Amino acid sequence: MRASAPRLASLLLLGPLLAFLTLVYLLPFLGIAEWSVTLPTPGFGQYERLTGDSLVLSVFLRTFRICAIVTVVSVVSAYAITYVWVRGSRLQRSIAELCILIPFWISVLTRAFGWLALLSNRGLINAWLMGAGLIDSPLQLSRNEASVILGMTHVLIPFAVFPLASAMRAVDERVLLAARGLGASRLRIFWSVFLPMTASGVIGAGLIVFVFTLGFFVTPAILGGGRSIMVAELVYLRMFQSPDWGLGAAVSVVLVLIVGILMALLFRLARPALMGSAR
Amino acid sequence: MIQRPGPIALILAAFVAAFLLLPLLAVVPISFTPARFLTMPKGELSLIHYRDLIDNPDWRRSMLLSLRIGIVSSVVATSLALAFGLGIWMFQPRFAALLVGIVLLPMIVPPVVSAMVLYFFLTSLSQINDLVGYDTWLGVTLAHVVMIVPFALVLILVALAQVDRRIDLAARGLGATISQRVFGIILPNIRFGVLTAALMAFVLSWEEIGVTLFVTSVNAITLPRMMWMGVHDNIDPAIAAISVVLIVITTLALTGRMLLQRQHPA
Repeated sequence: MRASAPRLASLLLLGPLLAFLTLVYLLPFLGIAEWSVTLPTPGFGQYERLTGDSLVLSVFLRTFRICAIVTVVSVVSAYAITYVWVRGSRLQRSIAELCILIPFWISVLTRAFGWLALLSNRGLINAWLMGAGLIDSPLQLSRNEASVILGMTHVLIPFAVFPLASAMRAVDERVLLAARGLGASRLRIFWSVFLPMTASGVIGAGLIVFVFTLGFFVTPAILGGGRSIMVAELVYLRMFQSPDWGLGAAVSVVLVLIVGILMALLFRLARPALMGSAR
Repeated sequence: MIQRPGPIALILAAFVAAFLLLPLLAVVPISFTPARFLTMPKGELSLIHYRDLIDNPDWRRSMLLSLRIGIVSSVVATSLALAFGLGIWMFQPRFAALLVGIVLLPMIVPPVVSAMVLYFFLTSLSQINDLVGYDTWLGVTLAHVVMIVPFALVLILVALAQVDRRIDLAARGLGATISQRVFGIILPNIRFGVLTAALMAFVLSWEEIGVTLFVTSVNAITLPRMMWMGVHDNIDPAIAAISVVLIVITTLALTGRMLLQRQHPA
């Protein structure tokens, strides 16, 4: 009786959430995965369409291209602000922290709308340029691929900050002091010592950002204005505008597979950085 | 002696900080425009779009709905995550990493896939019971719990990681029961972490759009859903006004959290 009490307690504590997620999330996902090989006809036809259908293929290629650009820009930008957040003076750290966390907790919808307020035809930038007499008619700044990249980068910089911060916190200050003692310049210390020592954080941040970009829906839908459709929007359109559930399901399965592979890589490559965050 | 960031790093970081704040600041002037369409105010400022949020029954209804969904889903998600986190921390079960990984899935899986999964789950639930299915407030709450529970768990695990295990071990050695350990030792030590988790879970539900878009149509119009419709049809400056309100709420919540943390580091 006494021995079984902890087992019962652990079941009562762990059970509810696991049961809930299994019922509401895991089993329905398997159901959808099944559709990808049964709708409209049994077989792997939908997966062949992913590589054969030129429209679907072009959407995938555009998504990968945008994701790659967003990943590089986000990680580089995040590196700069994380550096100040981790190594700055007390005041610099507080300012950096607020600049990172406030956007992080504000909805992607509000942030996409903010970009629209800046970039749309009657938005701030066009209003300023016209007010200054630099242009006569508004520039088309939104509803294109560049604005999608801008908006997504804005969303993802904070996500890149966290793995970078734990990698930077793990750097031993004495190594940097030694480099300085040996006469290395600031730039040299950064380039040959600090950057290589935080490389695992850079890889981790890159993988996380790339994973998050893949399934992005709201930002591209608002800022792209239906012109540069990405994978997530393709799923939405195929599910709701033209009932093509088999393809939507197949795209979902492929997305989850890609994300799964990238996450496995992340755990393998960036283990030190992730372990650092647990401390 | 730590080497502080040099001028190059500070300039670059300042650029990034400005970039991060830019779109949040951009909505402020636009929210005060007297015009009925999205534009910069020219000379005259007006509060009509803020009044619109209170006077217009659609905005009011959607805010109350989001408030209700936010509170219920935050309480449910935090309770589930708290129990789960306690189970992991106290019993350190085999495959603990795997179990945590399962709970974190909705955070990692592309939102559009989660949205599809929840859409089909709720539509099939509708056929059994039309109270908790597609386009109902309980259905949206269910979907929100799935999406916010990983964030609640992460915050609770972080709080638990800061509890000194030796206190719990001592209590156990003195013969404390499991519930005595939970209520007498662990919970008092992590109460601010749990509060933070609940607050953040509320904010996430209150602003959730990616999944909400898929599981609602005409009845359960939450605040973000209402904003989404405004963005797509014609850009209504009321969205700028509500954005400013949301930004202010989030900033206050975060500042409150920072102050709490400063007082109670655990």
